[in-house]
Amino acid sequence: MSRLMFYIIVVLLLVAGVATSVHRHVQFEIPWLPGEQRQVWEIEAGINFNAQGGPVQVDLALPSHQAGYRVLTENTASSGYGLAYQADELGRTARWTIREAVGSQALYYSVQMLVSQDARSPVQTPPEVPVTTPWESPYDTAASQLIEQAWARSANNATFARELIRDINGERQEENARLLLSQENPAALVVRLLNQAGVQAREVSGLLLEDGRRRQTLSSWIQVFDESGEEWSIFHPLTGEQGKPDNLLLWETGGRAVLEVQGGTNSRVTFSMMTHDQPASAAVRNHYSEDTLLNFSIHSLPLEEQALFQTILLIPIGALMVVFLRVLVGIKTSGTFMPVLIALAFIQTTLPTGLIGFLLIVAIGLIIRNYLSYLNLLLVARVSAVIITVIAIISIFTVLAYRMGLSAGLTITFFPMIILAWTIERMSILWEEEGPKQVLIQGGGSLITAILAYLAMNNPWVRHITFNFLGVQLILMALILLLGNYTGYRLLELRRFKPITDDEKPS
Amino acid sequence: MSWLKNWTWPTRLRDKGIIGMNRRNIRYIGRYNSRRLYPLVDDKLKTKLLAQQYGITTPELIGTVTTQFGVKHIGAMLTGHTGFVIKPAKGSGGKGILVIEKVEDNAFIKPSGAKLSLTDIERHVSNILSGLYSLGGSPDVAVIETLINFDESLMDYTYEGVPDIRVIVFKGYPVMAMMRLSTAASDGKANLHQGAVGVGLNIATGAALRAVQFDRPCFSHPDTGHDLASLVVPQWETLLNLAAGCYEMTGLGYLGTDMVLDRKYGPMLLELNARPGLAIQMTNGEGLRRRLDLVERQPDGVPAKQRVAFAQHHFARQSELVDSEPVESSDTASTGA
Repeated sequence: MSRLMFYIIVVLLLVAGVATSVHRHVQFEIPWLPGEQRQVWEIEAGINFNAQGGPVQVDLALPSHQAGYRVLTENTASSGYGLAYQADELGRTARWTIREAVGSQALYYSVQMLVSQDARSPVQTPPEVPVTTPWESPYDTAASQLIEQAWARSANNATFARELIRDINGERQEENARLLLSQENPAALVVRLLNQAGVQAREVSGLLLEDGRRRQTLSSWIQVFDESGEEWSIFHPLTGEQGKPDNLLLWETGGRAVLEVQGGTNSRVTFSMMTHDQPASAAVRNHYSEDTLLNFSIHSLPLEEQALFQTILLIPIGALMVVFLRVLVGIKTSGTFMPVLIALAFIQTTLPTGLIGFLLIVAIGLIIRNYLSYLNLLLVARVSAVIITVIAIISIFTVLAYRMGLSAGLTITFFPMIILAWTIERMSILWEEEGPKQVLIQGGGSLITAILAYLAMNNPWVRHITFNFLGVQLILMALILLLGNYTGYRLLELRRFKPITDDEKPS
Repeated sequence: MSWLKNWTWPTRLRDKGIIGMNRRNIRYIGRYNSRRLYPLVDDKLKTKLLAQQYGITTPELIGTVTTQFGVKHIGAMLTGHTGFVIKPAKGSGGKGILVIEKVEDNAFIKPSGAKLSLTDIERHVSNILSGLYSLGGSPDVAVIETLINFDESLMDYTYEGVPDIRVIVFKGYPVMAMMRLSTAASDGKANLHQGAVGVGLNIATGAALRAVQFDRPCFSHPDTGHDLASLVVPQWETLLNLAAGCYEMTGLGYLGTDMVLDRKYGPMLLELNARPGLAIQMTNGEGLRRRLDLVERQPDGVPAKQRVAFAQHHFARQSELVDSEPVESSDTASTGA
């Protein structure tokens, strides 16, 4: 009966672990592989103007989360300027201010945008249809004729806008359109006519993203709202094509100016951009700004605690490795979980430095411990003395490494000193009682276990999985429970008991 | 493929009835040895006192040292004793056992001939008290008992140390036995992994079946050169009864009993082990599995004498060290002694 309970518990753990992991994968789009890349655009806006010697105020419209793109991080470079970010229902702006500036000025704003299929644009309030300034004669008749023609050929706001754009810029361009275009640029003209017909629309600025392009400017697009004022679509002002191209980043959607400079002349803003792929895990981290209680995740913690947990969540992997090597392989180690702690230190030091450091400390520690045994000390005092010795060795090595310019040597301080002291003590007793061979077997076993645990814990995929899928801990638990129930032979026992099976041959 | 010749297949081990560590831990120790009974065997002092209660002979206790303060008085305690053994009450795997064969001019001489001063002895006792040899490093007690004058008939089979006899007692039935002969390699200690020779013994007669050193078969003692085939443990039945009686004494179902043969007092219980090792299978050239399975099918509450008789009947075997003839003559001699 207890066996049945055991297997039920194991199965429950496995099911719960797999289910929560799959849920996180499906619900939060966390990839199974760390190698999965997400495209990130780095866009830099450079503002140049000539200051006139007085106070200067520069307003730049900033992009927000929108369909297809998410703002990851943003930075500015502007020496001497005060900076404030502002946001209202029309969009976000950055305002640079300075009391006095003379000559050519350069301000920079850079933003990282994550390409994300599931990103949604925020709800936008449609602009009030402005009271259009009436056209002068003869433009007024041209305008009303254009509107009437397009209106007759359309069914709703969107098709009306499309027809209007085609009439103005397309092949059907007529006298009326040419006349009006002498007064306004195409995008502004379309918006004005749309507004005149009572359609909510505005001119927005967007940036066409192309890798490695520099000195780009924003292009005008037309945003047309439907009759209800809830849905909108983007139109190309020249071709009338409906819909936002995938590589179009809407920079300014409030119908305001992108750049406003007070106290300066010849102002302009240009954009340079490049794209690179970033590991999904890094990009994913920023998804969790809107975490809820239901979405229980380590990512909701501050960054510092997250880094701590990244290590803590790896320990079960090391423990599993130790259980595996001891139960299935039969490797002897000095101290059950000492190899896991050594492996954790290896993660900080990298393997070669860690190995050299570990061997150096233990070897020198053994020599000094050998002398301490002549002093006839009590155990606790002796181990304490060994701890101080280990600290001294570590300090000397660190200073030596620093003097010789070996920065790798500085990481030696990550070794758990108390564990090292106990290791030295145990090895020393083992040496006295059972000879150097046993020291090599157990020390070697511990090191092999530590290296294998390190390789498992340092594997990028393992790190990604343990950190992003807490359900994996339940699976590890189930595996360890199963291993704890294994009554078969250990691998090394196949060698140990070999002589018994030999006897059958002669008889 | 040459490196593969040192390895075997799990199926072949299973056919031989070999028990691995994992199976021993889960199936036998975990099932038959109740955790609360462990202190009885892990503390050699408790075992000794319990054995006296149950009328099981053990080496004479000279004294115990329980405090660091008491270490100073060890010299006084030892005067008048020529040979003695100092051991930690909670030691494991033979760790921390110091054997002094004789005392000459204030020098304590180990079986190897190495001389120790009283200071060395005091340091050793102090180490024992501070828990250096005990499980988990907990503070310990040093137990000092008289050195065993082991039976002359076994003198030729050992080098420097006391040969001891390990009997695995399962549910009170002696299922397998071996003798451990110390060698130069094992520094007078009877620990197989340190290089002592293990001799598998016939449960029926106490005669040698097979011998191994470092898990590999051998036929004579590596130091004395004495042929091991002629080895027969005297007073075998007494010894088996003593071992079987340890089941009632401790209540542990899977037990390793370590016995010695004293010249004067006969078989004596040296210590008990709740986690006996598996090397006994190597020395016997046979797995424990079949014998344990057979014992598991037997009813509970059988008296010790009957259990020993059952074991002697069912677990009898032919020696592998002798070519053809069964060792009948020595068999009767040993049981009659």
